[in-house]
Amino acid sequence: MYKIVSAEFIAPNVKKFIIEAPKIARKRQAGQFVIIRVNDNGERIPLTISDANINEGTITIIVQGIGKTTKELNDLESGEYIHDLVGPLGKPSHIEKFGTAISIGGGVGTAIAYPTAVALKQAGNYTISIIGGRSKDFVILEDEMNKVCDEVFVTTDDGSYGYPGFVTTKLQELIDAKRKIDLVLAIGPIPMMKAVAEVTRKYKIKTVVSLNPIMVDGTGMCGGCRATVDNKTVFVCVDGPEFDAHKVDFETLERRNRTYREDERLALETHTCKSETAVLKTANEL
Amino acid sequence: MAKLSNKEKMKIPRQAMPEQDSAVRRNNFEEVNLGFTEELAKMEALRCIQCPKPTCVSGCPVGVKIGDFISLVAEGEYLKAAEKIKEDNMLPAICGRVCPQEEQCEVKCIVGKKNEPVAIGRLERFVADFERQHVGIREPKLKSKTGKRVAIVGSGPAGLSCAGDLVQMGHDVTVFEALHELGGVLIYGIPEFRLPKEIVKAEVESLRKLGVDFQPNTVIGMSDTVDELLSDGYDAVFIAVGAGLPYFLNIKGENYNGVYSANEFLTRVNLMKAYKFPDYDTPVFHVKDKNIAVFGGGNTAMDAVRTSKRLGAKNAYIIYRRSDVEMPARKEEIHHAKEEGIEFIYLSNPLEFLGTADGWLNGVKLQKMELGEPDASGRRKPIPIPGSEYILDIDMAVVAIGNGSNPIIQKTTPDLTYTKWGNIIVDENTMKTSKEGVFAGGDIVTGGATVILAMGAGRKAAAAINEFLNCSN
Ligand SMILES: Cc1cc2nc3c(=O)[nH]c(=O)nc-3n(C[C@H](O)[C@H](O)[C@H](O)COP(=O)(O)OP(=O)(O)OC[C@H]3O[C@@H](n4cnc5c(N)ncnc54)[C@H](O)[C@@H]3O)c2cc1C
Ligand SMILES: Cc1cc2nc3c(=O)[nH]c(=O)nc-3n(C[C@H](O)[C@H](O)[C@H](O)COP(=O)(O)OP(=O)(O)OC[C@H]3O[C@@H](n4cnc5c(N)ncnc54)[C@H](O)[C@@H]3O)c2cc1C
Ligand code: SF4
Ligand code: SF4
Ligand code: FES
Repeated sequence: MYKIVSAEFIAPNVKKFIIEAPKIARKRQAGQFVIIRVNDNGERIPLTISDANINEGTITIIVQGIGKTTKELNDLESGEYIHDLVGPLGKPSHIEKFGTAISIGGGVGTAIAYPTAVALKQAGNYTISIIGGRSKDFVILEDEMNKVCDEVFVTTDDGSYGYPGFVTTKLQELIDAKRKIDLVLAIGPIPMMKAVAEVTRKYKIKTVVSLNPIMVDGTGMCGGCRATVDNKTVFVCVDGPEFDAHKVDFETLERRNRTYREDERLALETHTCKSETAVLKTANEL
Repeated sequence: MAKLSNKEKMKIPRQAMPEQDSAVRRNNFEEVNLGFTEELAKMEALRCIQCPKPTCVSGCPVGVKIGDFISLVAEGEYLKAAEKIKEDNMLPAICGRVCPQEEQCEVKCIVGKKNEPVAIGRLERFVADFERQHVGIREPKLKSKTGKRVAIVGSGPAGLSCAGDLVQMGHDVTVFEALHELGGVLIYGIPEFRLPKEIVKAEVESLRKLGVDFQPNTVIGMSDTVDELLSDGYDAVFIAVGAGLPYFLNIKGENYNGVYSANEFLTRVNLMKAYKFPDYDTPVFHVKDKNIAVFGGGNTAMDAVRTSKRLGAKNAYIIYRRSDVEMPARKEEIHHAKEEGIEFIYLSNPLEFLGTADGWLNGVKLQKMELGEPDASGRRKPIPIPGSEYILDIDMAVVAIGNGSNPIIQKTTPDLTYTKWGNIIVDENTMKTSKEGVFAGGDIVTGGATVILAMGAGRKAAAAINEFLNCSN
């Protein structure tokens, strides 16, 4: 059992957890993730280690509630426990002094891009970040990014905050302004990563994306997380999760992620039912 | 009962083990075999002629004193029989169920020369179950504490048996396991209907009571490395990480939705309990009324195909590139699979998976094969028949063609010596690796083998580790 030290919503449906895990805090490197199981009937799901505090022995994860497991997780409060937590898993991000590095985060992807942005800065890169959200409320980690990056641009789809438009609009602007760009790291929904890859492909800018296939063990034992990169099959949990964006077959990833769509809907319904019964119960007790 | 002569004994037929009816069991996950009753066990035990030079023992990889335990069964001394078995085999309830006895102890039984061999495995299972159900697994006496610490990596049969021996010798033992449950393949691979998980859990619990410290959710290499275990105060390390890297066929279409490795399919169903979805959160492909093909001919393939039948498959096929004679799975499993309505397609090799425009598997292109000369493995080599390609409609495929070794330990402990397939090289007698204080055994050394071999390796390593610890002072 792993104790939640603090839990707070930082955007609608997006919760930040600080969890006791001293060993993982010491070991983790940027780009790595953990696999958690909320309870004894639970599914194993991967979540990126967004930050860690070695002295306190804690790690930070930032979770977007989109299905049963993430919503159940986001129901937990500080003082409660997570049943299982294993990590760090995956290869660390490849960090070196590239020159200028742009980290792009879409939605909760910003939480995944953040630790790599920190590491890129520490390696002496000039770091720019572009963080996007649907609207103002969905922009996360702006302050944190401001602290580590030399420049931060915020974009919102609906124009309610920062630059109106997509992260790719801003990226294109920087390219058009002839800014020197040596590395782009893009993390977010698959369509967004695909769009970034298409923008940078034309200019041959080295671009890295972090893939999010469905995982089970996270140790290379099942092959469920396989993706096609450079026409070869890779196991994302041990060979990745970061890959050369220009070589990733995003279509295959997208459709493999749809494998359990019906079940996920069903599972979510049972979760909602449970929450509703809980509400009813309290109502009756009152 | 009056003493029987050997001649009379030879007349007793081999006792059949009661089992769930195949029409019923193909719809549930409960155990297929129901085990001997006391009467059946005693009757079967009488069939053993107590050979002065029991050849059966030479067939058992760990040398269980078969004649001795069987004579105790005949006398109704089941608990003593259990003790006798445990002198050599730590996990009799498990081995009695899953050992390929027909190739090991039973094939060497003298009674088997003329009649059917004594049902050694079934008796072993009976004795272990009797002990567990009547008095619980009894704890042996522990030697006084030595103050030495041993780290064991992996909680499969190799790791568990090594832990059991070392803790009894007085050492402090910690078992690190990557998954959230303990037991290795016994928990995530072999299905409930062949090996109830309750049995594996009981074994783990008894080790816990003896003082073994279990650390699940810990991937050695990713959290601590083997070197760090040694520098953090462990005096020795036993690596028992199994053979956990699934091979794929490497043919076109293998990443369509609906194509699984056996590891993934079985892990979802066994470890994550997908057969109880949505009470358990992990889903698996909707097998009901669909056509399922499993590629391979080993125990893993049989487990996967029988699992798919239980999930409601309309047609469940085993597709194997050689013929029935070469199939490596246990005879009993093949027989049970056939009873449950599994269809066997021999001498066929997959060339390509076919799928719908939106990426779902809907067929496989197969090529017929014929058998040529024996190959390196001694089995006749399958040769493709040109022009024999045909298409089979399937909705889900499970690839069960074996496992390689997981690279995490190799990448993070480069100074061990490995074969070109990534198996750790050890001294066969001591399980010592090339690195001081580091031992290895089980599937990570041999490649995919058997539970009893892994258990035997764990015990050999425990003896050698004990010697190493007592000398290294
Ligand atoms: C390496 C990696 C790092 C990740 N980091 C984060 C993070 O920091 N924060 C965050 O909010 N999300 C992260 N994710 C995504 C997160 O794992 C999924 O949102 C979560 O598994 C959804 O589970 P669910 O039951 O809530 O939703 P479901 O309704 O079950 O699924 C919704 C979608 O999530 C994906 N998904 C479902 N089950 C799994 C699974 N077992 N493994 C992976 N994906 C699955 C599928 O695409 C699915 O369509 C990461 C994913 C990966 C692979
Ligand atoms: C489906 C299936 C059916 C089988 N049926 C039979 C049968 O009927 N009879 C028979 O005799 N044999 C059978 N076998 C083979 C038998 O199960 C194996 O030979 C045996 O389990 C090997 O034992 P092991 O201890 O070496 O490894 P495993 O049982 O594989 O256990 C290794 C453990 O180590 C863990 N691990 C891996 N890497 C790390 C790490 N870095 N850190 C921490 N932990 C780690 C794994 O998660 C796993 O739990 C079957 C195998 C399969 C897959
Ligand atoms: S351990 Fe296996 S091989 Fe040995 S006697 Fe028991 S069933 Fe036979
Ligand atoms: S060989 Fe057969 S009959 Fe002889 S002791 Fe062994 S089990 Fe009994
Ligand atoms: S999640 Fe199982 S191999 Fe990657």
